[in-house]
Amino acid sequence: MAKPSRNWGPLHPAAAEETAERLAKTDLPRERQLEIYRFLRLNRMTEDRLSNLYRQGKVVGGLYSSRGQEAISVGSACALEPQDIVGPLIRNLGTMFVRGVQPREVMMQYMARADGPTGGKDVNTHFGDMKRGLVAPISMLGALIPVMAGVALAGRMQKKDLVALTYIGDGGTSTGDFHEGLNFAAVLNVPFVLIAEHNGYAYSTPIAKQMRVKNIVTRAAAYGIPGEMVDGNDVLAVYEATKRAIDRARSGAGPTLIEAKTFRMRGHAEHDDAGYVPPELFEEWKKKDPIDRFERHLLANGLATEEDLKKIVTEIDEELNREVDAALASPMPPAERAFEGVYCEVGAE
Amino acid sequence: MSAITYIEAIRQAMWEEMEQDERVFLIGQDIGIYGGAFRATAGMLDRFGPERVIDSPISESAMIGTAIGAAMMGMRPVVEMQFIDFIACGFNQIYNFAGPNHYRWGQSVPLVVRGPSGGGVRSSNFHSQNPESIFQHGPGLKIVAPGTAVDARGLLKAAIRDPNPVLYFEHKFLYRRIKEVLPEGEAVGRLGEARVMRPGDRITLVGYGATTWTCMEVAEELAKEGVEAEVIDLRTLVPYDEETVLASVKKTGRALVVYEAQLTLGFGAEVAARLADAAFPWLDAPIRRVAYPDRPVPYARVLENALLPDKGKALAAARELLRF
Repeated sequence: MAKPSRNWGPLHPAAAEETAERLAKTDLPRERQLEIYRFLRLNRMTEDRLSNLYRQGKVVGGLYSSRGQEAISVGSACALEPQDIVGPLIRNLGTMFVRGVQPREVMMQYMARADGPTGGKDVNTHFGDMKRGLVAPISMLGALIPVMAGVALAGRMQKKDLVALTYIGDGGTSTGDFHEGLNFAAVLNVPFVLIAEHNGYAYSTPIAKQMRVKNIVTRAAAYGIPGEMVDGNDVLAVYEATKRAIDRARSGAGPTLIEAKTFRMRGHAEHDDAGYVPPELFEEWKKKDPIDRFERHLLANGLATEEDLKKIVTEIDEELNREVDAALASPMPPAERAFEGVYCEVGAE
Repeated sequence: MSAITYIEAIRQAMWEEMEQDERVFLIGQDIGIYGGAFRATAGMLDRFGPERVIDSPISESAMIGTAIGAAMMGMRPVVEMQFIDFIACGFNQIYNFAGPNHYRWGQSVPLVVRGPSGGGVRSSNFHSQNPESIFQHGPGLKIVAPGTAVDARGLLKAAIRDPNPVLYFEHKFLYRRIKEVLPEGEAVGRLGEARVMRPGDRITLVGYGATTWTCMEVAEELAKEGVEAEVIDLRTLVPYDEETVLASVKKTGRALVVYEAQLTLGFGAEVAARLADAAFPWLDAPIRRVAYPDRPVPYARVLENALLPDKGKALAAARELLRF
């Protein structure tokens, strides 16, 4: 099993001409595509850094990587409007960055610091902020689906013209809440989009043991809603599909189920070496790495030079150095905080 | 003003809150066009429209989850469980999403889940349960069990206005059996406060929901023998008003807790445990509980009556305590 890279990954300038990556067609301007590149790299580099910190015992508990799936988080989140609300799961760190979460917050959260987003109360991506349009998940998969349908319903009641977006893994589609929530959203016709990340494994359970259908998207028909399958490792395809679904929802046409095909390039969590995955699958999917493909696209289409991309990567690297140091230097929460905050005080909501 | 029933008081509370706060809306099965299985929402679809009185598919988890999402957006949803027994189908959303939410990331969930609990109506195990103590275990939740029509209205209004998730366990046996004249005006109740229904000095009888009335009946019987019992209606289970109960037991020296939930870890068990500690120097007798035995609810009248903690059983227990 390949060790995770300590670098941010090689750029592929030489390969650019020969294997010019044809990603989905888009009207996104150059600046926006470079932003997307930055978020992809930020996603991966932050998780690599967290992995290192985990090895040093500075991050404890569950550490879940989205390596190989960054295009889904970043591409989809970039299709949101400012008033939209998203409910990320544990492998959607990229989504949180696109919504304005800062690396400093992520480091503080993962290191359980007093001044982090939950002040030491909860782990990894389990934090949110309604003002930034972010809803925190719980560990029980599927639960966020009806909750985000409710966010969409409330948005309609409040005439806010907003769309609610959330995600689910292939394993999570087996839960009762996936069924109940998606059906509820469909029947109420709320402005809601669900992205199912088909990454091949739910912890150690391969897709063949999870469901009898080949494609999650076929389930859309069961709820009477449109479904779209997309190459989850093509960030532009994910962006375009999500944009279509969001526009459809905003127009009042109801929910869409998007299935994004990808592969989980790490184990379920940091402690899991994924020995149950045939190595050839990792080799096959490494060639489809979403960040490598996007780089080739940017270079081949003259949207960026190697220097442009190296600059972005260097800036992220330096930022992460600063933010990790700042987080390491910041205090742990006081023990008394364990007793606080169970209830919202009347008037404080 | 004329007297209205307990269920009508609940309906009135929802109606009044819907009128004066457009954030309030209702989700449940058959609450719209049918007006609710117990008529708790009769007339509300016509008055408030289908966007605010939502007839839901049979999905307790989705109903509650959707309400959680809407509540985080600042709405004030009230979810009806057609029978409280079905709250089990939405357990995860209540216990793991709504309850801990504010503690985890500081976001309030102003949600109410309400419905008819309790037995004595020959409806067997899935239409008669008292599952409140399963949820009293869940941090972040508030649990209310009104025993009077006045409180049914006042406390539901308070629950709707509370920024926390509140589980509102009505007792279906009381729905049409008690009728009271309600106070004028808004009369919003206060969560977390028990009420002394009847003052006394020889023994404290603690109940909630239907057993509030069981305790009152016991007190009436004892009064004929010259014994004045103090009856406390808990009204809110979580947060529990330990102070009121403790003050009473310090005065009387004897405590009998009567509850319709199963004996083991029913809410009365917590009342007893706390009294055993805090009231110890004042006790003249052990703290006793009269509750439903640890059994499911049977159907046949003779079987159900054998298990219900009725006036006879509670009176016998009270007399035993008075003999100490």
